[in-house]
Amino acid sequence: MSKMVPVPSNSIIPERDLNKTPVLETRHLGIDFGGLTAVENFDLTIGRTEIAGLIGPNGAGKTTVFNLLTKVYQPTRGTILLNGVDTANMNAVQVSKAGIARTFQNIRLFSNLTVEDNVKIGLHNSVNAGMFSSILRLPRHWRSERDAHERALELLSIFDMQDLANHEAGALPYGVQRRLEIVRALATNPSLLLLDEPAAGMNPSETAELMENIRKIRDTFQIAIMLIEHDMNLVMGICEGIAVLNYGKIIAKGTPAEIQNNPQVIEAYLGKQKEG
Amino acid sequence: MKKISKTTRSNIVTYAMVILAFVIMQSLIAGGQVSSALKGQLVPICVYICMAISLNLTVGILGELSLGHAGFMSVGAFTGVIAAMSLQTLPAPARLLLAIVIGGIMAAVAGVIVGVPVLRLQGDYLAIVTLAFGEIIKNLLNNIYVGVDGHGLHFSVTDSASLGLEGGIVLINGPMGAVGIEKLSTFLAGVLLILFVLTVTLNLIRSRSGRAIMAVRDNRIAAESVGINVTKYKLMAFVTSAAMAGMAGALYALNYSSVLPKKFDFNTSILVLVFVVLGGMGNIRGSIIAATVLTILPEALRAVNDYRMLLYAIVLILVMLVTNNPTLKNGWNVVKEKLAFWRKKTPVTAEKGGGADE
Repeated sequence: MSKMVPVPSNSIIPERDLNKTPVLETRHLGIDFGGLTAVENFDLTIGRTEIAGLIGPNGAGKTTVFNLLTKVYQPTRGTILLNGVDTANMNAVQVSKAGIARTFQNIRLFSNLTVEDNVKIGLHNSVNAGMFSSILRLPRHWRSERDAHERALELLSIFDMQDLANHEAGALPYGVQRRLEIVRALATNPSLLLLDEPAAGMNPSETAELMENIRKIRDTFQIAIMLIEHDMNLVMGICEGIAVLNYGKIIAKGTPAEIQNNPQVIEAYLGKQKEG
Repeated sequence: MKKISKTTRSNIVTYAMVILAFVIMQSLIAGGQVSSALKGQLVPICVYICMAISLNLTVGILGELSLGHAGFMSVGAFTGVIAAMSLQTLPAPARLLLAIVIGGIMAAVAGVIVGVPVLRLQGDYLAIVTLAFGEIIKNLLNNIYVGVDGHGLHFSVTDSASLGLEGGIVLINGPMGAVGIEKLSTFLAGVLLILFVLTVTLNLIRSRSGRAIMAVRDNRIAAESVGINVTKYKLMAFVTSAAMAGMAGALYALNYSSVLPKKFDFNTSILVLVFVVLGGMGNIRGSIIAATVLTILPEALRAVNDYRMLLYAIVLILVMLVTNNPTLKNGWNVVKEKLAFWRKKTPVTAEKGGGADE
């Protein structure tokens, strides 16, 4: 049974990305909370423009992996290479500047601010007016505000949300909030976008639209996207490589077709088959 | 001409309100219709407005609780007095300006000292530490003696005799506080300081830095995830707030002939916090109105002196009840909708128009 698991992680990198530095490479990544090992030996490589999926039963450690990659938690073991650079000494802010952006399972918007301001906050590190030029309203402030305004509307147009620019983010419907989080993440100009259950709470037609948009984002921005999702139609529909996590360990990696037929994956999801 | 957005319009109303109040007061004073009691209140009202705006930056915009804002006020007050009194040769407005600037800078330094270790933590530690800071500063000032003579400034922590002054004057006399102050503060200076504090605060809020500060308030983890240095922006808001409190303190001290360290105690900090809470957290215009009303109110109630604090408490409770009353809120919303209907453009389209004609 063990030989069913594709061991070299590179096997899931799409052909077009094979000759480029992978956007993300983790080696033996792991974290302990006290005596509990939440994630262990997490090895994964993601290609430059790949859409990768991370699936697994509830409590498998998927979100913990995202938290490790974005340095919400510091890993206990292992290395994370982002665009070939070791992130061992980086904190959450530096990792964001280095090119990882994310959304959250339980939406974390700046809910008292407007939609436009949420996106502008995502643009924080690409506009450069300092405190003093803002207080004195120097030309630099106006220039950077105008740029931020234009780029925010441009980014909002991905999801056709320009008309909502002045609405309060916290008052938006759930699905729109999810989309806004993706726009805010994209505003940081990432090379890897992590989406934590982007389709949660969406109906089938909204999910189909989201799949289209995820592909569109990848094609337009030429970035890699890694997503955690329970909706198998979405995962199997758009992911080029999938890793399956159970009890903090990767039990399978491969293309959607390989994963669907992997007995270990089936066991993790459905339980052990009775011996015939 | 560009169409202006909703927030810009709201800011203009705030500035206009302050200037209008100043013009009205000035014309009333010129007409001799203002009682001397109210005249004496003018500068303190300006000071408390500045304090309320500055604390609102920490409490409403940054979302951290500060219980020792009077501490920063006292740092500004006492350093401002030293600056103003040791530079006798300059004209009065220049000395006042210099006192305010130096008071602001020293309060900012105090803000950095308090903020750097504390703002790295999450939770209510800032409230605890600022509470302690206010008390420490008060006790420190109770034991400091400063004098000035031909040789410059002299400091001591024992008594005024040990300053070794050669014909100079004692500026700060331990528990007696700052003594022999020249009254340099004017109503005009107070209003100008309000306008300055208002400009700094409103411009800061509506900028890249201000958005980062509010992002930290709304969701720290999300703010970090988009690359915002949380400690830096917390410190920026807190130190700016402390500096403005220091400026207000300098203006306050130079309005009296002597100022006691005891004046800047916990009660004063809470008083300013009450202005902010009643005016609405994050609502700058609300702070201005609350500070004005609640500074005048105790004096206005002097006629019924015995029941003064009782009435003050009742007014506070009524304000809290009224502002949280759903029926009244709904009524106000209906009025607002009616007003919006009569305006030709709704705020939403106005904002969009602002972007379109870049």
